[in-house]
Amino acid sequence: MTKRIVILGGGTGGTLAANRLRRALDAECEITVVDRDDDHVYQPGLLFVPFGLAHADDLVRSRRRQLHDGITYRGSGVDRVDVEADRVHLADGGTLGYDVLIIATGARLVPEETDGLTGPGWMSKVFSFYDLEGATALARALEEFDGGRLVVNVVDLPIKCPVAPLEFCFLADWYFQERGIRDRVSLTYVTPLDGAFTKPVASRALAGMLQDKGIELVTEFNTGEVDGGAGKLISYDEREVEFDLAVVVPVHGGAECVERSWGLGDALGFVPADEHTLRSKVRENIFVIGDAAAIPTSKAGSVTHFEGEVLTRNVARFLAGEELDASFDGHTNCFIESGFGKALLIDFNYDTEPLPGHYPSAVGLPLLAESRLNHLGKLMFSWLYWHSLLPGRDLPGVSAAMPVAGKRFEAR
Amino acid sequence: MSTKVYAGTEVPVNDEGFFVEPGQWSEDMAPEIAREAGVGDLTDRHWQVIRFMRAEFAEKGTGPTVRALGKTSGVSVKELYQLFPKGPAKLAARIAGIPKPRGCI
Repeated sequence: MTKRIVILGGGTGGTLAANRLRRALDAECEITVVDRDDDHVYQPGLLFVPFGLAHADDLVRSRRRQLHDGITYRGSGVDRVDVEADRVHLADGGTLGYDVLIIATGARLVPEETDGLTGPGWMSKVFSFYDLEGATALARALEEFDGGRLVVNVVDLPIKCPVAPLEFCFLADWYFQERGIRDRVSLTYVTPLDGAFTKPVASRALAGMLQDKGIELVTEFNTGEVDGGAGKLISYDEREVEFDLAVVVPVHGGAECVERSWGLGDALGFVPADEHTLRSKVRENIFVIGDAAAIPTSKAGSVTHFEGEVLTRNVARFLAGEELDASFDGHTNCFIESGFGKALLIDFNYDTEPLPGHYPSAVGLPLLAESRLNHLGKLMFSWLYWHSLLPGRDLPGVSAAMPVAGKRFEAR
Repeated sequence: MSTKVYAGTEVPVNDEGFFVEPGQWSEDMAPEIAREAGVGDLTDRHWQVIRFMRAEFAEKGTGPTVRALGKTSGVSVKELYQLFPKGPAKLAARIAGIPKPRGCI
């Protein structure tokens, strides 16, 4: 009998899940991917746009064209999911019934949630680089910036790619040195965390790099208001950080269609799911992949990629009436661009924090250390993203489970 | 790990003062924990947050973050910072006898 799989979202998670499932399941299964537009953005590239190292047009491709033959693409927004009736209500008025639903709706930027952020100064001296429009506008502003206080602020977690704001600081340091005006620019990183990063060993290493590059670190700053007119960030406990140019990572929420779907999302609109099987907590025929999931991983493309294998297996097992595979380990792998043609690599999971060593084994890319090789890895990743990761192929030498070989555990 | 005496009962707490066993908490302990944490006298608004934290923890196994509290507890984030200065989610969790909310990554 024909089984219907509906995937909400044609981004990283939805695309690789659809392509992997198409290969894994027989032709009797219908797979439909729904998205409201046909613009698939290579999000890791956004970081480079403000510095003129990437161009917005080069980061966007057709969503539809990333899907294999035998997958139906439906161009429509999603109104809501009726989890009781196993039915998706589309914004165009249509409905889609499903046997299995996969939520791959990602995370949404919600700058309006912070007082003043989208008020005076928004997109003239206060920017975000987390979308194409913001990153492009910021490129122009940086070009015109010839000195003063540049502040990079994370309002609250969770955010996509939690290392990106740090990378932005490192690249800004490089960028202003290249322009010969670094001595006229003060750089400050303002975070709600109690350190540069969440995990202790990496946090110490990254704080050291900020210090070496002359970037001030302000911690435990919970931004309550952004006053673009006066040029200051104001925390809930009434501390202030002044700026001439602010790069703010707004708070994130889940997709609005999740918020409109009774029982599906949590208070922030993310979908609670089992962290090892990726099955939602609300219904046994609903699964989640990528940033849309409320599980304790980073919101990052690498996580989504590693989830793909377990998700595909579990959808197939669920359809066959078999027990699910609870093997997703929270594996995350991030290149951290550090400027001057170098980058760090961190690799971790639910149980193991980012440690020094080499990846994927004793012979490989250096972990938690700057190297030119990691920078090349980051650049090469763009090609792999379109040609290997989205088509749902395993990357050579990169396993879904976190490798232990090569890591120096005594560093703890 | 160490122990503390609240309302005449000895309870184990972790290095940061969070209850190890949330089941050992009772409402009459909260004012003492609050004083110790520098929060002062508990008002009805404090109690609204504390009871909400307990209910969330009972349902989900983890305390909410500040942002989730602001959206669901009926107390705005601004007021949460007035009630529990510095770190509302952490302080309210400690006073409510539940583990420190799991940080995001």
